[in-house]
Amino acid sequence: MELLLQQILAGVASGGIYACVALAIVMVYQATGHLNFAQGEMAMFSTFIGWQLIQWGMPIWSAILLTIVISFAAGVLIERTIFRPLVHASSLTHVVVFIGLFGILNSMAGFIWDFGIKTFPSPFGDGTLFGLIGKHQAGMIATTACVAAFLYIFFRCTRLGLATRAAADHPVFAKLVGIASENVVSIAWGIAAAIGSIAGMMIAPVVFLEPNMMVSTLLYGFAGAVLGGLTSPVGAVLGGVIVGIMENLSATFIPVVGAELKLPIALFLIIVVLVIKPSGLMGRVVTQRV
Amino acid sequence: MTELLKVQGLCASYGSIQVLHGVDLAVSAGGVSALLGANGAGKTTTLRAISGMLKGTGEISLSGNNIIGLSSDRVARLGVAHVPEGRGTFAGLSTEENLRCGAISRNDRAEIQADMERMYELFPRLSERRNQQAGTLSGGEQQMLAIARALMLRPKLVILDEPSFGLAPIIVHEMFKTLRRINEEQHVGLLIVEQNAHLALELADYAYVLEMGRVVTSGPAVDLRGDESIKNAYLGQ
Repeated sequence: MELLLQQILAGVASGGIYACVALAIVMVYQATGHLNFAQGEMAMFSTFIGWQLIQWGMPIWSAILLTIVISFAAGVLIERTIFRPLVHASSLTHVVVFIGLFGILNSMAGFIWDFGIKTFPSPFGDGTLFGLIGKHQAGMIATTACVAAFLYIFFRCTRLGLATRAAADHPVFAKLVGIASENVVSIAWGIAAAIGSIAGMMIAPVVFLEPNMMVSTLLYGFAGAVLGGLTSPVGAVLGGVIVGIMENLSATFIPVVGAELKLPIALFLIIVVLVIKPSGLMGRVVTQRV
Repeated sequence: MTELLKVQGLCASYGSIQVLHGVDLAVSAGGVSALLGANGAGKTTTLRAISGMLKGTGEISLSGNNIIGLSSDRVARLGVAHVPEGRGTFAGLSTEENLRCGAISRNDRAEIQADMERMYELFPRLSERRNQQAGTLSGGEQQMLAIARALMLRPKLVILDEPSFGLAPIIVHEMFKTLRRINEEQHVGLLIVEQNAHLALELADYAYVLEMGRVVTSGPAVDLRGDESIKNAYLGQ
């Protein structure tokens, strides 16, 4: 029983990180209609920046905050320089550019910081809480909750949030009410990059820091986003957490699965959801009368 | 007559196909102008060029300021609210959120709230649908929401592209009554493109007939009501 509870909590903790990745993916998808395959690599690169700042002697919390700010700016910059010129390009073009960005960031991180694994310190310290959950895992859950709450307030209670939703719903009509849709897309990219950097820095103490550290996390994040229904931030959080719990429970309690088969389960989940209920758990099926 | 909107020699193309060949028209301050013509005459294109959705050349001035070449969000912020053809609402947002979007460029919070209540009074059906997703409203309700959202901008000029399209006659009648009320009470200028020439000429004080991207007839709406050229324009003769 205790093992079950422990595994569920551990699942919620890693699921929270998948939820953050899923949120980042949903942000960009909502604003542009494209799935950013390089989201994980952007997060990895951000994490390296955070690590570098810590190496240079910056206190860990300041390093984390500064990294989030840098990541936001980098997200905006990537959108403006690479994706804005492609705004009318096809999905296939986007896929190619996303994969290119993936490769560039991955190789650049390897070139700058080499491919050896590094340890990333946890801002929450070592040790456990109530003998059930590691302090870092508890911190991961709290961080996810903060990110989710921040986004909820942003989307529901702020003017910029409403503008973002309007621009995501219909960019042309959004311009007709005076919203500069292009700027909204930049902000969405910035927020996605910032959330991604949080996810990277939270998962790094667990999986170790190296250029390929986000590959599996990105897949779980995608599974979470698809499960939640790509259009819903709430669904993304829910989907991410469910994927995290499933991953942990199946690895612990289904003997055949183990560590090797955990990842295919995420992929299997994506396929099952897309076949049975493409709109996911919370995805909006925009009912439109014709 | 002071002119709110003045368009002179407006040309516009889709790719290499030129659709407008020098359109001249005007809307007087607090007035209603109708733009009539057969399908493909360039009515929608004219409206799109005015609101900046499409790049045009020529002259477009709003209260004396040149607005040609500005992006549509800038034009909107200057006080031109374009209600596009079809159902121009944010389908995934609620009625209330759609109205809030209309006022997104304004900073007067209390006034926005008051305007919102005014919209619900003007369009009582929307009031019952405040929290409903706009995409699930009926065609007529969506058209009303699109108009209400445009008014939330507190525009100087509202551009309406076939507001009656696909709606039941009784709803159209009601909507035109509301449009007249808006025009009279709030002194908002209207530029309306409408297939139903009879309705449009009833509402408008001035009308233009467009043919092949040019204005072929224009004059006070009263004079055009019995005009043969209107019939011709619609029949494409």
